[in-house]
Amino acid sequence: MTDAKQYWFDLGPLSAIPKRGARTVQVPRRDIAVFRTANDEVFALENRCPHKGGPLSEGIVHGRKVACPLHNWVIDLESGNATGADHGCARSFPIKIENERVFIDMGVAAAP
Amino acid sequence: MTSQVSQRRKLVVVGNGMAAGRMLEDLFARAPGAYDVTIFGAEPRVNYDRIMLSPVLSGEKVYEDIVIHGDGWYAENGIDLKRGEKIVAIDRAGRTVTSSAGTVVAYDELVIATGSDPFVIPVPGNALPGVVTFRDLDDVEKMLAAAAKGGDAVVIGGGLLGLEAAAGLAQKGMKVTVVHLMPILMERQLDQNAAYLLKKAIEKRGITIETGANTTAILGDGKVEAIKLEDGRTLPADLVVMAVGIRPNAALAKSAGLAVERGIVVDDHLATSDPAISAVGECVQHRGQCYGLVAPLYEMGKVLAARLAGETGAGYAGSITSTKLKVTGVDLFSAGDFSEGDDTDEVVLRDPSRGVYKRVILRDGRIVGAVLYGDVADGSWYFDLIKKQADVSEMRETLIYGQAFQGGGAALDPVAAVAALSDDAEICGCNGVSKGTIVAAITAKGLTTLDEVRAVTKASASCGQCTAKVEAVLAATLGDAYAAASRKPMCKCTDLTHEEVRERIVAKELKSVPAVMQELGWKTSCGCPSCRPALNYYLIAAWPGEYRDDLQSRFVNERLHANIQKDGTFSVVPRMWGGLTTAAELKAIGEIAEKHQVPLVKMTGGQRVDFLGIPKERLTAIWKDLNDAGMVSGHAYSKGLRTVKTCVGKSWCRFGTQDSMGLGVKLEKLMCGSWTPAKVKLAVSGCPRNCSEATVKDIGVICVDSGYDIHIAGAAGLHVRATDLLGHVDTEEEALEVCAAVLQAYREGAVYLDRLYKWSEKVGLDTIRARIIDDLAERRALYDRFMISQRAVRKDPWAERVAGRELHEFMPLAKLDIIPAPAAE
Repeated sequence: MTDAKQYWFDLGPLSAIPKRGARTVQVPRRDIAVFRTANDEVFALENRCPHKGGPLSEGIVHGRKVACPLHNWVIDLESGNATGADHGCARSFPIKIENERVFIDMGVAAAP
Repeated sequence: MTSQVSQRRKLVVVGNGMAAGRMLEDLFARAPGAYDVTIFGAEPRVNYDRIMLSPVLSGEKVYEDIVIHGDGWYAENGIDLKRGEKIVAIDRAGRTVTSSAGTVVAYDELVIATGSDPFVIPVPGNALPGVVTFRDLDDVEKMLAAAAKGGDAVVIGGGLLGLEAAAGLAQKGMKVTVVHLMPILMERQLDQNAAYLLKKAIEKRGITIETGANTTAILGDGKVEAIKLEDGRTLPADLVVMAVGIRPNAALAKSAGLAVERGIVVDDHLATSDPAISAVGECVQHRGQCYGLVAPLYEMGKVLAARLAGETGAGYAGSITSTKLKVTGVDLFSAGDFSEGDDTDEVVLRDPSRGVYKRVILRDGRIVGAVLYGDVADGSWYFDLIKKQADVSEMRETLIYGQAFQGGGAALDPVAAVAALSDDAEICGCNGVSKGTIVAAITAKGLTTLDEVRAVTKASASCGQCTAKVEAVLAATLGDAYAAASRKPMCKCTDLTHEEVRERIVAKELKSVPAVMQELGWKTSCGCPSCRPALNYYLIAAWPGEYRDDLQSRFVNERLHANIQKDGTFSVVPRMWGGLTTAAELKAIGEIAEKHQVPLVKMTGGQRVDFLGIPKERLTAIWKDLNDAGMVSGHAYSKGLRTVKTCVGKSWCRFGTQDSMGLGVKLEKLMCGSWTPAKVKLAVSGCPRNCSEATVKDIGVICVDSGYDIHIAGAAGLHVRATDLLGHVDTEEEALEVCAAVLQAYREGAVYLDRLYKWSEKVGLDTIRARIIDDLAERRALYDRFMISQRAVRKDPWAERVAGRELHEFMPLAKLDIIPAPAAE
């Protein structure tokens, strides 16, 4: 894992993701939610709430958090951790913006 | 490196701008006489302060005021300045440069400081006379000449430069429109709240702002006459200013074979890929960053000067930048990073009466960013704290009040703090109410509650920002006798209740989420999942047709027009008006269910059909098929009208008294698409036997021989509640009008997420009856307002999405069945 080769895959322009919203990326083994905050930061989490598997990509993005649409668990976008009294973690994936385009590290995103 | 050589080395500088000037000043101070310096400047001028072009445009300064280095400076330092001579080639092997005039000069050290070029958007007509950029004095002179003739100016770009150009041209008497591609002004430097205040201030100067506007062409015959926007509109223009950004000018370096990406690539010591050639300023790319502000250029200049002086020191490590808008009367400052998160903490101060917004972002007890609007006095103090990475946890409580408040031993108890204030201290800025006035009113009139103080003194009656302070005055004055009223603020983002926010949205004509948050003093920068959907609804209800729905503030079901299920699939429920269907519709439903392999088809309690288990990507295809068969969205997902359940009524039933099916269909057609505080269900029963269960609906109509009994405020969910009889009407027409008036009163008055019965219990059945049954004019007015709001929602949301609206909601950003091979490095 550690010496797996990093390679960044171009997901398209930042503008394709709504501000305070998310889009999904389907890769073998999982769906990944790619979030864009009001401040144009981008984060990628497995699109499954640690609570009951709700699609986090459909939640309301506020600050650097998202509220799961099923039962309102609030997940931190950077760490994937549930906040407040809830416990659990959605897996997060390396992502970056370059020249207004969004890239995901496929070496990690599609790994088991 | 060898030590100082006795023979003077030859330094050639390409570019006579601010970066080069500052670097040389530093170099002369560090190593006087170490170099023979030749400067090539493409402009026929000495070094002047480009940042001050805006004041030259507005007429506040003239060229002479902004000169940095006069002729004397070049002479004193023995610089050979070649004005108006552009370098066209570098011979790296022979270490010479060649100018446009054919001059060849040898160098030991070459510094490229070619700056940047304004970016001209590639649209037809961009070379027409009358289209200018805003970069140098020639541009300003062209703009001044155009402004002297008056007329219309369009500035493309709502960033720092564009707004300064717009303000300058407006001051010179032109009618100015700013066309900006992004939804908010200065989106790189500001958050939406500061951008909202900025837009307000710029518009106050008579400048029109078009955000989210994409220019597709510049029109004109022989000279510019108008610009064309993507939405089809054309804006008249005698002058078009392109201010969309800059690009590092790296052409010379590239042709010389130096490493160039976006800019000329330099290391931490500003050396290019050729060690004899350095680059400084806006033309460089350092650690992936290009800069367009002056401070980083000066920092680079310093580092390069040190190296050229033979000193070994710390290199350049990149800059944290700050921005200040130079438009007279608009105070705006931003610096650092204002992204937020769990590891960041923000302090927000809003003073609506003074138009002030301050936001300081902290991480691990250190300031990482700041946005100030209206009061920027502390900008440099915050900027300094950011750069020093100073630990500010000790002053967290008072940080937002600025430098002047530090070191005073902050009073943390708000009551003690208010008690310590003098009588003439202002508590309510909106209405100018002092502490003394409030205390006098409390004692003289025996006031005990916040509402009483509001009614008598007007303190906290406008924006509500000072509510906590007024409560503290009450507590300080009454002591233990004061028990804070059980006010329930909307959420942790504000001290105002839902009702107070609704009132103020209408009274203060607040028409956007940022407007509400600023004018009502929100404590967070962009709200939370609890207040955002509520505000979005209140704005839709208050400003139908005018307010633009914020989809990102909507719960998923209302954003996607389908109900999310536990496994992330959706359900689809088409309307069956009044519960009526036809053989053809049922056939179509059967075929569509089969075609799309719908996992489960079920009858709902509202007399219609539910398709369950539909993946998101399938939704539009199913909707299209339903649309083609004449069916539309049933809004089974919305806080809005769900169903109108009916029994067969007098058309068939031996007990039926009126046409309950007909009335049900009419009600459903009248109300469908309406957004309400919570879901709304109706029923019409043809006789008091009430087969359609009208007495547990939000609004229930029971037909009787003499007409229609209108019931409201029933529920059969978490709470079961039978309806209350609102009143009786004689005709179907009146029944429709009363039902719509009830719905509108509920839409206008209820707290978000309160079902109709909760609202009715809060305001009282008698009040509703007096407004709607007894007061015909009020009923009519409510009905009319309802009809106006319905105009905005009459389109089928499914058909709109089938036609391509919000397409991104239904498609993944990327779909990778097999993992693509990594690109070759």
